[in-house]
Amino acid sequence: MIARLTVAERQSALLILIVMSFLGLAMAVAGRGTPFGLHGFLVIAASIGVGIPLLRKFYAPEPNPAQFEQYYDDPTKVGIVLAMLWAIAGMFVGVWVAALLAWPDLTIDAAWASFGRLRPIHTSGVIFGFGGNALIATSFHVLQRTSRARLPDQLSPWFVLLGYNLFCIVAATGYMMGVTQSKEYAEPEWYADIWLVIVWVVYFLIYIRTLARRKEPHIYVANWYYMAFILVVAILHIVNNLAVPVSFGGFKSYSAFSGVQDAMTQWWYGHNAVAFFLTAGFLGMLYYYLPKRAGRPIFSYRLSIISFWGITFMYMWAGSHHLHYTALPQWVQTLGMTFSIVLLVPSWASAGNALATLNGAWHKVRDDATLRFMMVAAVFYGISTFEGSFMAIRAVNSLSHYTDWTVGHVHAGALGWVAMITFGSIYALVPWMWKRETMYSARLIEVHFWLALVGTVVYVFAMWNSGIIQGLMWRTYTDSGTLAYSFIDSLVAMHPYYIARAFGGLLFLLGAIVGTYNVLMTIRVAKRERAQSDGGTDVPSYGRDPVLQAGE
Amino acid sequence: MSEFHRKIERNTIRFVLAIIFVASIGGIVEIAPLFTIKNTVEAAPDMRVYTPLELAGRNIYMREGCYACHSQMIRTLRDEVERYGPYSLAVESQYDHPMLWGSKRTGPDIARLGEKYSDAWHVAHLYNPRDVVPESVMPAYRWLLRNELKIDDLPGHLRAMRDVGVPYTDAMIENAAKDAFGQATPESDAAAGVTERYGAATHMRAFDGNAGRLTEMDALVAYLQILGKLTDAAQKTEQTKIGE
Ligand code: HEC
Ligand code: HEM
Ligand code: HEM
Repeated sequence: MIARLTVAERQSALLILIVMSFLGLAMAVAGRGTPFGLHGFLVIAASIGVGIPLLRKFYAPEPNPAQFEQYYDDPTKVGIVLAMLWAIAGMFVGVWVAALLAWPDLTIDAAWASFGRLRPIHTSGVIFGFGGNALIATSFHVLQRTSRARLPDQLSPWFVLLGYNLFCIVAATGYMMGVTQSKEYAEPEWYADIWLVIVWVVYFLIYIRTLARRKEPHIYVANWYYMAFILVVAILHIVNNLAVPVSFGGFKSYSAFSGVQDAMTQWWYGHNAVAFFLTAGFLGMLYYYLPKRAGRPIFSYRLSIISFWGITFMYMWAGSHHLHYTALPQWVQTLGMTFSIVLLVPSWASAGNALATLNGAWHKVRDDATLRFMMVAAVFYGISTFEGSFMAIRAVNSLSHYTDWTVGHVHAGALGWVAMITFGSIYALVPWMWKRETMYSARLIEVHFWLALVGTVVYVFAMWNSGIIQGLMWRTYTDSGTLAYSFIDSLVAMHPYYIARAFGGLLFLLGAIVGTYNVLMTIRVAKRERAQSDGGTDVPSYGRDPVLQAGE
Repeated sequence: MSEFHRKIERNTIRFVLAIIFVASIGGIVEIAPLFTIKNTVEAAPDMRVYTPLELAGRNIYMREGCYACHSQMIRTLRDEVERYGPYSLAVESQYDHPMLWGSKRTGPDIARLGEKYSDAWHVAHLYNPRDVVPESVMPAYRWLLRNELKIDDLPGHLRAMRDVGVPYTDAMIENAAKDAFGQATPESDAAAGVTERYGAATHMRAFDGNAGRLTEMDALVAYLQILGKLTDAAQKTEQTKIGE
């Protein structure tokens, strides 16, 4: 892979790594003996880790110019593998965290292994590690195919992919050491935040530069979503993370916002992290891989437009539904509720558009577990958005807020929608990337599918039950007008559901492990086949890969 | 519509600008007024700032992820007010950078926890919750008693807090480390300055039960004992919003 970089690119890469090593060194010196310093060493180690293979191939000859006639897929390939590895890591911690709620002593007497520090490792690991890598990998693929243009250069995609993973690792190791801003889904501290901004700007520029070179007059729907994902996440990230560091030699910072303004900013961020990270980006995947796999064009171009702009506009108003009945002024709560309900229209328009696209391909859904992953994802997308709009109604939220119902909703979306569409897309993408007809094993995809589906259903039903019971117990009165249950009573009632959830999660995790094995084996077999057939070069993708046009 | 859209989607820059414009409206309309409309945050002249020890405790609360299981926001609902106390007002978290309202109650709300239990109860509970409440699923935080509290950098923390708008005085910033020590060591010379700067009602005692050592437990318990006590605005205002 490195030999495929041009000599100039290799030199630039080395320069970047040297600069990063010095930054790391500065951090290590300034933060001696603190987590900040350790992160400095981590940056140095990461730079060296990438630098060694680079230096090994540093003096390799210039690559064959023929490769510039083909799409550039190396970062996508690595991104797919990274996404699967993060899936296992993040979900393993998820199962652990779930087990801790059932058996709180299932850990060691060490700070890093306590619930409060592991939980953000789970959420960041699955959302940013698994989801983020999958988004970056697929976006590079979709962007090139739908624009019929190669990525503008070969270095910046690597910078984005590896730089992003550095961010994820700094985040996760930071939580273990207690480095956190405590803002949900925005826990990493100021220096990691700044790094992510740099990575993100480069990511955006790749998008713009590739689109500028496109040979298609239109920008395809999938790219609208990927672009909204990149742009809006940047806005959210920068605003919500505004903070004043205690010193530039330490990790701690204080948020620029406080109290009610901070709450609103945080949930404007938090809800739109859901909207533009966990929804828009994955809709981008849906709009490319589902029609492609089904062999049918998108059902309706007009519906795509409506749902895209509806989602982009309305989600941004909905954050205040996380703050019903709190000290947030009521007019903001009412606005949030209203927009959340209307939001169901574009959400179902997307889900419906996806399902209608499958019309005429239902036999494929039956036979092909990959397409079934995508179909189920669209269904769960419909379910979780319906549930979300319902929970945003103040009266409903008075029951659901603070309870496991929210967690159930989260995982209906996260497992049923985000993870399923990702697995489906990866199963579609891997054979294309490694130039094979199929995945290593269709049976294992089938196994994965059922593990994932059963796991999701067990998880979500357990949490719906526990959440609603919890909410009801908290507000039940006796005949004499006193509260009927103590908090501990409700806690005891949760125990069986927490066990069920851990079990459902375990099934889901097993599925992810099976999937990873299948992906790795596909890669291995593909490599072996290519070595045998001796046709060592990649087949050009031009022409072979017809571009999918949005059409009515 | 389709025709118009076909035009936009042919031009990258136009498309990017359209996304930014459309996506910005909601946030601007909902967030900006919260900074300008006066009655968003109630007036509370008696509101005091966190002492350095309490601030250190708050940072431990964040570090350990207590907020993942505990909310600090009592909603305007009858059962919550009866279970936890007067509903929370915006002003009560005015000096919270960031706020810790929370979104999940695996454990109970603790917005009004201050002075509900003794220090010794908290120490025993944090050391191992199941010693005190057998059904509890809360983690054991044994290392809090083992770890010495780091106080030398507290002036920097107070200064950063002042930079984001909390009214710490120069004297508070200068003496932050000394005050943290003094608050948990009431017999020492450092103690007098604490009540002078933060008020006579400040809790002055060895929170972890051992005046000889300043531990992270001291700081965390000091913070827990002040929850809901920075102002009595909530007790004074009539709770008229219940059910709204
Ligand atoms: C896994 C979730 C979890 C985490 C993390 C957690 N707690 Fe708890 N906490 C609980 C549960 C459950 C209870 C109720 C049972 C009990 O009293 O132990 C509780 C009870 C409490 C109580 C008693 C409240 C009352 O009014 O009776 C306090 C105080 C408390 N926790 C403080 C903390 C602090 C401080 C931290 C962080 C260092 C923390 N908790 C972390 C779950 C958690
Ligand atoms: C193996 C499967 C999984 C298991 C067992 C699992 C388990 C858990 C547990 C126990 C919690 C904490 C709930 C609480 O505090 O009460 C949690 C929270 C969360 N998980 Fe998962 N999870 C899994 C997969 C995923 C995936 C794939 C995603 C996202 C793509 C995800 C996203 C989240 C989020 C966003 C939260 C925070 C919810 C909130 O704050 O309300 N999880 N998960
Ligand atoms: C129309 C679409 C949706 C609406 C209106 C909606 C609404 C809501 C509501 C009302 C809550 C509860 C807030 C609270 O009481 O604290 C919530 C929480 C959440 N939702 Fe959704 N939801 C939608 C779609 C989704 C999707 C598709 C996902 C994908 C994974 C998702 C992920 C989450 C997460 C992670 C939380 C938990 C936040 C937290 O408390 O940490 N939502 N949503």
